[in-house]
Amino acid sequence: MELQAVLMAAGGGSRMMDLTYNTPKPLLPVGNRPLIWYPLNLLERVGFEEVIVITTKEVQKALSADHRLKTDVKMRLDVVCIQEEADMGTADALRHIQQKIKTDILVVSCDLITDVALHEVVDLFRAHSATLSMLMSKVHEFTETVPGQKGKKKAGEQRDFVGVDVTGKRLLFMANEADLDEGLVFRKSIMRKHPRMLIKTGLLDAHLYCLKRSVVDFLVHNKSVTSIRGELVPYLVRKQFSKSLNSQNETEDSEKNQKQQDLLSTSKDEALLQLARERSCWNDHRGDMSEAYHGGKLRCYVHIMEEGMCYRVNTLAAYIEANRVVPKLFEDPPIHPGALVSERSLVGSDSIIGPLCQISDRTSIKRSNVGMSTTIKEKVKITNSIIMNGVIIEEGCNIQGSVICNNAVIGRGADIKYCLVGSGQHVEPEGENKIMFGNNNLDISDLFVYTMIVY
Amino acid sequence: MGDRLTASTMLQNEGKELTKEEKQRLRKEKKQHKKNKKDDKGPPEKEKEKEKASVPAPSKPATQSPAHKAAPAPVHASESAAAAEKPAKSKAELRAERRARQDSERTSKQGKKEGGQQSASSKPKATPNELQPVVKRLPEHVQVDDPAALKKLAKKLERQQVPLRSDYGYKVSLFSHLHQYSRKSPPTLQISIPATVIHPSIVRLGLQYSQGIIAGSNARSVALLHTFKQVIQDYSTPPNEELSRDLVNKLSPYISFLSQCRPLSASMGNAIKYIKKEISNIPSQCKEEEAKGKLQACIDSYINEKIILASEAISKYAIEKISDGDVILVYGCSSLVNHILCKAFEKQRKFRVIVVDSRPRLEGREALRRLVKKGIRCTYVLISALSYILPEVSKVFLGAHALLANGYVMSRVGTSQIALVAKAYNVPVLVCCETYKFCERVQTDSFVSNELDDPDDLIVTRNGKSHLENWQTVKSLGLLNLVYDVTPPDFVDLVITDLGMIPCTSVPVVLRVKNVDQ
Repeated sequence: MELQAVLMAAGGGSRMMDLTYNTPKPLLPVGNRPLIWYPLNLLERVGFEEVIVITTKEVQKALSADHRLKTDVKMRLDVVCIQEEADMGTADALRHIQQKIKTDILVVSCDLITDVALHEVVDLFRAHSATLSMLMSKVHEFTETVPGQKGKKKAGEQRDFVGVDVTGKRLLFMANEADLDEGLVFRKSIMRKHPRMLIKTGLLDAHLYCLKRSVVDFLVHNKSVTSIRGELVPYLVRKQFSKSLNSQNETEDSEKNQKQQDLLSTSKDEALLQLARERSCWNDHRGDMSEAYHGGKLRCYVHIMEEGMCYRVNTLAAYIEANRVVPKLFEDPPIHPGALVSERSLVGSDSIIGPLCQISDRTSIKRSNVGMSTTIKEKVKITNSIIMNGVIIEEGCNIQGSVICNNAVIGRGADIKYCLVGSGQHVEPEGENKIMFGNNNLDISDLFVYTMIVY
Repeated sequence: MGDRLTASTMLQNEGKELTKEEKQRLRKEKKQHKKNKKDDKGPPEKEKEKEKASVPAPSKPATQSPAHKAAPAPVHASESAAAAEKPAKSKAELRAERRARQDSERTSKQGKKEGGQQSASSKPKATPNELQPVVKRLPEHVQVDDPAALKKLAKKLERQQVPLRSDYGYKVSLFSHLHQYSRKSPPTLQISIPATVIHPSIVRLGLQYSQGIIAGSNARSVALLHTFKQVIQDYSTPPNEELSRDLVNKLSPYISFLSQCRPLSASMGNAIKYIKKEISNIPSQCKEEEAKGKLQACIDSYINEKIILASEAISKYAIEKISDGDVILVYGCSSLVNHILCKAFEKQRKFRVIVVDSRPRLEGREALRRLVKKGIRCTYVLISALSYILPEVSKVFLGAHALLANGYVMSRVGTSQIALVAKAYNVPVLVCCETYKFCERVQTDSFVSNELDDPDDLIVTRNGKSHLENWQTVKSLGLLNLVYDVTPPDFVDLVITDLGMIPCTSVPVVLRVKNVDQ
């Protein structure tokens, strides 16, 4: 077998607590499908037949109960549960499932929505026998207004500096602004080997990695590495050019685990591969006297998507943007056949309605996503909004630019503009809410709600 | 064709008891009818023909009619009419009629082919194409502009579950019979991730071939054999199958995939033939582990003998030919020639090297790097400066991709030019080639069998501007990126092989001896 897929779905969604305090991130509905469906669909489309899903017990229960998911996803899901309290990083999770991993792995995050041609990433991994191959995308500006954000978003997010070589495929340098004191520091060895390097900042890391089996073994021996993105990837990128013979460390780690295999055969095969490389008249760079890859055994590659869709749904803004863009991807009918839509309602062509919905007369739904089992009574106007599952919206409401979470109830005549109504929240009838957050748990925002409501 | 049928059915209608002669004649008729039908309609009709053939010899009129039912409907209509028209015609007259009809059909078919290749047939070199309907095509001959052959290939690939790679861009008419692929559409577009139908090492190898990471005849063969070792290692015989037969069947789709990535080289072809022979020679009572071990050992010994030791032997012979004070000219990057020069340098011979290079591959830069790293004094020129530096040169060493049975040398495009100019300057040309690259093909020109590389490689970007960027929009412009050319034996003075130093014309002798050995 060539690759095993590992889907990391245990993350908490710490940057959008308003949405995820009640619903785990993998189950958030995007385009009327749970978020976890998108990476699973991507893997299934390219031909994977089974996936190892690392997640929490709650998500596992929901996955097994979701009939639609069962019929849509034909792959075999090998669900591994980890304790939520254990606060495992992604690398810790890999260490946890080390026994199941028998070949190279493809690690995907559950919040990735993309239509990338996956073979571009995997071809780099295959052709150059790379240790790491990852996917990045150009960041798109978000155009939708996000409830709770006044004015333009500041560049509060720390920038990522990514250095690639002239071809744009080999990854030479990776650092986050947070880890740097004053400026970028480059090793002389990198400059000597690759005098021309392009540094890019406007890139979004898709958290899709192809890793060699030996990396997993390395993780097992080095228990201090907790996160793939935060620690492992920068370490591997740095290690490409480390002074100590690159070959040594890599082969040390891999040799320890190859004792079961016939050492003689592998070393002979290595010699053959070496012979083929020697006889080949190819070099990945020119201008200096070194052989292909500068003789380095550790290589990291990146595929940067210029066009196409690539979203990581880990913030509220990304969530809203994804909901807007995703329905265009699929040929599903915008109005699910299981929904009861009355003839005298107006549902725009760029809205989607989930199954088991009840839309009454004289409602107007434009540019919105309405989730499963939602009841919408008469004379309701919904524009530019996201309504999740099980919501009840009484008559005469006017909802604009908002996100209404699961099982919320919006009272009669409420006027909600650019708000986020939390799960299970009740909005009083005849309430005019401009910009607010409604949650059950957080005291501060409750206060906020109270003071903002104008009767 | 309809008339022929009416002739036979007319006999049937006459109610004569068919004699043995007549039965034989009818059988021959049917065969002829089948053959013509096959040439006209192409392979999809083959199944129909086979059904017809499977019908037993038409001894009874009853069995004839179901066989003829497959014939086009209008025949039945004309049958009765024709039967009334032609009463008793003698057998000789019928035979003559038939022969005349066949001749006319054959000439009309050839006329059609000639018309289709008007542009190509201006040069006599294109004549092999015209013989296509009559001569059986050798599998090495690609025929991309023949839709029937393409259909056949597509069906074969579909059966083997190998994705078909589509051609790219406008092809120069002289080479329209060859495949032309683009690097931007990789062969792995439709291969599933993870690769299950095709072994992952083969997918990796195919990618490395198509991207040029493994280039050069020796490197490709070694990499191919290394991958086959891995395939054999991972292979397990299914129940009720014999390893000797099943493994060969398993390898066929892999080889199809590799040839889709990049056409196979002559050395690779010979290596595959050897492996297939070794596999089929495995006795059936041999256990699987033992058989696998045997095959791995065979592959190792093949590489050792034919590549590693051969290059040592060739270096030994070649070093005799290098004397102190020599100025040696090499072209492109031949692993064997580089090896020879490095060994000669180690043996303290005093010489200097002139490396000749050509676009778009610019492989000479890699050769230059290796030689300079060793410490050899080198000069680097492009092929356009060849005639200016040749007066300085004392010997020319060339590598080869394959040596053909009529003594022609197939090598990187530009080699024949070098040999020609060297001959004009009376500089000796020595070709270094291992015997496993000797090929039974016969070729006198570089058109019939060649390889077309990605035409976009010819686009050069200077100061941010690439003038050929939109070459596809200009209808009268074609970009041609040839890979190989053939050098006639008159320009080659000596061929250095592991069997010794032989003249070019002795290649068929070596091939004959090799075949006798095997």
